[in-house]
Amino acid sequence: MNIRIALAGNPNSGKTTLFNALTGSNQFVGNWPGVTVEKKEGKLKKDKEVIITDLPGIYSLSPYSSEEVVARNYLIHEKVDVILNIVDGSNLERNLYLTTQLLELDIPVVMAINMMDVVKKNGDQINTKELSKQLGIPVYEISALNEIGINQVIQACLHPCACETKNIFSKQIEDTLSCIENQLSSIEKKRWHAIKVFERDEKIMKELNLAPDQCDSIEKIIQEIEQEYDDDSESIVTNERYEYISTILSTCYKKNNKGKLSTSDKIDRIITNRVLGLPIFALVMFLVYWIAMGPFGTMMTDWANDGVFGDGWHLLGIGGSQYEQAMEQYGNSTEIIDGFMVEYGNENMVSLLELDALKALDELYNLTPENTQISYEVIDEETLDSEVFVANKKDLEKAIHEYTNVEYKQAFGQPDTSTYGIWIPGIPVLVNEALEKLEVSGWLSGLINDGIVAGVGAVLGFVPQMLILFFMLAFLESCGYMTRIAFVLDRVFRKFGLSGKSFIPMLIGTGCGVPGIMASRTIENENDRRMTIITTTFIPCGAKIPFIAMIAGALFNHSAWISTMCYFIGMAAIIVSDIILKKTKPFSGDTSPFVMELPSYHMPTLKNLLHSMWERGWSFIKKAGSVILLSTIIIWFTTYFGFVEGTFRMLEEYELSHSLLASIGNMIAWIFKPLGWGNWQASVASITGLVAKENIVGTMGVIYSSSGNVYHSLSNAFTSVTGLSFLVFNLLCAPCFAAIGAIKREMNNTKWTCFAILYQCGFAYAIAFMITQFGNVLTGTTHFAGLIIAFIVLIAMVYMLFIKKGEANNGRI
Amino acid sequence: MNTLKDVQVGQRVKVVKIHGTGAIKRRIMDMGITKGTEICIRKVAPLGDPIEINVRGYELSIRKADANIIEVA
Repeated sequence: MNIRIALAGNPNSGKTTLFNALTGSNQFVGNWPGVTVEKKEGKLKKDKEVIITDLPGIYSLSPYSSEEVVARNYLIHEKVDVILNIVDGSNLERNLYLTTQLLELDIPVVMAINMMDVVKKNGDQINTKELSKQLGIPVYEISALNEIGINQVIQACLHPCACETKNIFSKQIEDTLSCIENQLSSIEKKRWHAIKVFERDEKIMKELNLAPDQCDSIEKIIQEIEQEYDDDSESIVTNERYEYISTILSTCYKKNNKGKLSTSDKIDRIITNRVLGLPIFALVMFLVYWIAMGPFGTMMTDWANDGVFGDGWHLLGIGGSQYEQAMEQYGNSTEIIDGFMVEYGNENMVSLLELDALKALDELYNLTPENTQISYEVIDEETLDSEVFVANKKDLEKAIHEYTNVEYKQAFGQPDTSTYGIWIPGIPVLVNEALEKLEVSGWLSGLINDGIVAGVGAVLGFVPQMLILFFMLAFLESCGYMTRIAFVLDRVFRKFGLSGKSFIPMLIGTGCGVPGIMASRTIENENDRRMTIITTTFIPCGAKIPFIAMIAGALFNHSAWISTMCYFIGMAAIIVSDIILKKTKPFSGDTSPFVMELPSYHMPTLKNLLHSMWERGWSFIKKAGSVILLSTIIIWFTTYFGFVEGTFRMLEEYELSHSLLASIGNMIAWIFKPLGWGNWQASVASITGLVAKENIVGTMGVIYSSSGNVYHSLSNAFTSVTGLSFLVFNLLCAPCFAAIGAIKREMNNTKWTCFAILYQCGFAYAIAFMITQFGNVLTGTTHFAGLIIAFIVLIAMVYMLFIKKGEANNGRI
Repeated sequence: MNTLKDVQVGQRVKVVKIHGTGAIKRRIMDMGITKGTEICIRKVAPLGDPIEINVRGYELSIRKADANIIEVA
């Protein structure tokens, strides 16, 4: 027989630690239906028939926050056998407030008092026997961290005894409640419902659907009491609960009133100090960013993307730098040699270079006149930028010397990776070798390597860096600093209608949007969380930088202003979107008050940090993986297949213009006409940017390289106005599939995910449209209809920015 | 009317009444700020808002705007 235990308690009461101790690795993580609140269930380690549900950390069962609603709906509607109420012993008064509400649900309750070590250290005393007698439920002392006392608690949960209902309110209120109970004839959990009706809880009233005359008579009773107490019914109930707790505690709780500052208080004096608070915050943020996105994080990402899912990597990095050095030496010298070869070499020499390089180079040197100068072009792999250098015969001599002195394993040619350290080939390489051995047809090996393996790589490539970040977030959260961030930054972020905790996703977003979006989980308010998820990817991430550099290089003479401007546009987009969205209906709901507990600082355990890190990483792989994989395969298919002269076949890379993707690009190009770049090339580049933003550069390279220099062709295809519009559109529109997967994971709702994507694209379109139309005025190519529409869009945006909240409920959604 | 918003750092006050309605009032009361509760003002955030208070033995942060509905003496 299955037993269902619901684990309930305040935030910061050690609930998650207890849950991990009880269930170990038998956990399923998901979301509660329809909300962004995380749901965790697990099987008891020692008895797989026992299912434990970890309810969200809550202070009360009020109808005002999604966490509380989710928790109470679960307790009312699901068949819960017993509630395990974890209570922070060092904060008994407030923790018992939730207990008084749990006791009304007609479900057996077992109480576990956690953090007894802190209680004892403070010199406080809790008489658990007396407390158990007063509350009428079993009470146990535990330490979730050290896994002490947990067995007794579980035994008590497995053999629950129905708790008797205690009358905790004053006589007058109790009389009123029984009066209401009588009116609610045939409902389960009568007392709970009677109290909720008395509180005028709208959600419960709706469920009960009472007859109008019943409502009227109950309303009359409530109003009488309210007049007598000079307070509203909800407050009367809350007041009396706390009064009841005070009376209980006077019999079983003794506080040591020395009044000295605890260690936590001392730490807090420094950390949220008026003067030091902000610098300390900046330092912590710098450390988080530096570790996750700096050298260490980048190393991990490069290892995952270019190593495991690329060509391969050097074991433990040994030999890596020598190889790089050799590659650079080789690369520099070949470019010069090739330059001279074009000028003074012949075909014989080129083929001889493979067989007997020394002889070939000697010959080339002899054929080169003394006082000559040649120019050669070097192309940057990342941005496709090209630079022209000049070389004379001396340079050639040096190049030949360097070329012949590179450490080669066999013959000449590119230095072999395996010459240095231990080389482990990447998965695509191994798969490719296997496929070649099996003599698999071209399309299948393409599907497996460029579709599936690349797709899996796109999912897993982000994971190492993400895990580093999750580890640090788990640390900041469980040590208690995360709430201090909200405390310190609240004043700034409130202006845009966000929580101070939104800062972290945005900061991380400058490195990569995927962990940025995942970091939004720490934001407590659901609206703020959704808004942060939608806007985080507006900030240019690392993958967008090569693209920005390409546009700046090709169209703006390498101006550094372009990339600076991109960051400003990103930040402005976030601020504008937040202010506008906050005024629309879906976000204008209950503004949850910023009344937040600042928990005591404490050192988290490594085990819990690793657990939290792994859990979040795994849930990304599971929930976002399928979306990313599927979309990568679709893009691969449309890129490499198409009709050439009437026959449908697989294409080579340079045949992109025949691909299905190009046809799709042609089909949707009209959409971008008003933006000034309505052609298939730009449309296709934008689509491939969805796989990964740096792909835009590669695609542009393939498309525009046929006519020579890519940058030159780009400057022919775009004006500075349309180029800027193209750039801004691709910065702000839907992020890459990995980020879309992360959005889906965090939103946990198809409608919200679609809304996020549509909003991003719509916003990007509006901004790019305005850039094109207003820019055309400056360049003297005004399009009047377009200009007027652009003005209307601008005015609408400004209007949304400045009107008062509430007037805008019929906003743009 | 004296409200929590105007209390100086370091002072100890007693709650007289909580004004307002709905979610904000309920939340404030859920966190243990009820009639007669003692509150000690701990500090003000570096940017001047919110404030940190001690209530029922734990630390709570609350915005000045919300503190304004808590009448104290």
